[in-house]
Amino acid sequence: MSISTSIWVWIAALLTLMIYSFLYKENPFYRLAEHIFMGLSIGYSVVILWYNYILPRIYEPLFFPPHQWSLIFPILIGMMTFGIFSEKYNWLIKYPLAVYVAGYAGVQIPLQLQTMILRQAEASFLTPDKFTSLFSSFNALLIFAGLVTTLIYFYFSAKREHGLGGASQVGIIFIMIAFGAAFGYTVMARISLLIGRMQFLLQDWLGIM
Amino acid sequence: MKFWQRFLNLDRKWIFLGIGLVVIIPLLFPLRLPVKPSKPVIDLFNRIDTLGVDNGVVWVVTDFDPGTMPELMPMTMSVLRHCLTKGTPVVLHGGLWPAYIGMAKMAMDNIAVEFPDKKIGEDYVFLGYIPGVTAVILAIGIDIETTFGTDYYGVPYDSLPMMEGVKNYEDISIIVDISGTRSPEYWLMYGQQRYGVDVGIGCTAVSAPSYYTFLQSGQFVGMMGGLKGAAEYEELMERYGYPTGRRPATVGMDAQSFGHLLIVVLVILGNIGYFIVRRGERKVGIERRKE
Repeated sequence: MSISTSIWVWIAALLTLMIYSFLYKENPFYRLAEHIFMGLSIGYSVVILWYNYILPRIYEPLFFPPHQWSLIFPILIGMMTFGIFSEKYNWLIKYPLAVYVAGYAGVQIPLQLQTMILRQAEASFLTPDKFTSLFSSFNALLIFAGLVTTLIYFYFSAKREHGLGGASQVGIIFIMIAFGAAFGYTVMARISLLIGRMQFLLQDWLGIM
Repeated sequence: MKFWQRFLNLDRKWIFLGIGLVVIIPLLFPLRLPVKPSKPVIDLFNRIDTLGVDNGVVWVVTDFDPGTMPELMPMTMSVLRHCLTKGTPVVLHGGLWPAYIGMAKMAMDNIAVEFPDKKIGEDYVFLGYIPGVTAVILAIGIDIETTFGTDYYGVPYDSLPMMEGVKNYEDISIIVDISGTRSPEYWLMYGQQRYGVDVGIGCTAVSAPSYYTFLQSGQFVGMMGGLKGAAEYEELMERYGYPTGRRPATVGMDAQSFGHLLIVVLVILGNIGYFIVRRGERKVGIERRKE
């Protein structure tokens, strides 16, 4: 057993224990650790943005030769965002928003359509290459059935009678299985985080692992 | 029925205590339960393992913060160790959001200690954080040098020998996005779909189910999902004789298994208790009505 002598390891360990004290009940130690975390995260991000972006990409190119005057236009458009803080000039925000929405939609819509819909639909087609073995054939049919019945479950423009009702019931089973898988993975994620902290406390702090 | 009523009203602190114990005990007394690599992890491992020095650089992105570090840092370290041991040139990109650069720096510091003979700038390169998220992914497809300008330490791009001839996605063999966010979808849309670069991912267990669809469609080359995925990659590294470090993910898998077992037992008991108590309450209701 060799307890850490590093002050930073001790600070991290005590903050971890302060956060976990919430499991017993809300208390001032938890609140203190929570506020330190919030302040640190925001401060850290601001410093990173300042030194990685504002200084080398805006301040230096603008104020040191060779001056990149063209940067003034995007900076001005960006500055208009701060109009939101003024009652008199809050209309200014419409311009950066218009540029942002137009640009983002133009880039996003075709790629989103191709990546998330067309390629996904294509992968569910029952093409001959998916029937090379018994297992792959079963998989292909299962995915196809799951896709179709789940889509039918979300089709609300017709009464759920005859085949439509039965298919939507099958769709619910697929959705429930998906929820179950998601829950299992979520449990795994949460326990992993606890494991990580325990490894830190037992190994790095207390040295008993 | 009294037992089940008490069980259903159990103070949740006892559950927290139980979870704590089943996590701590296996960490102190490990059983080394076997880890069997799954296909998504094997696919990613094989893809990186078959790369040579001339196949382009491996681009590893750390899109995670300390909150998801236990799951994602072992993946990052494994992929970096894999590339450096093989001699495959590897770029570590410090993420698409500002808070993630610290994780990349931590990985770089560890690598510098583990591989003292490898030279930064020649065998591996550390590129910092550039704001813009999707704009950055698109810009890499045009010109990496213009996008980043320098490496994390301020060394000009054209002074990095490893990056000589590395201009855009055409010179990148695979993007490995280690992510605790939705960034794999961005790399897929703007990197893979737009420029055709291969994308493999390491993600948190929470995100893994939603990414299986992209594996099935062949859009992702492979995937490490959660701590289990990280442990599987470590297992493959061990089998193929690569250095694995302390195998933090594998060490954690015993605790993971027992934690899951306890949750499963509690879910089953909770359901049994619910139905027994409900049946008992119905019986009492019927008897009262009869009276």
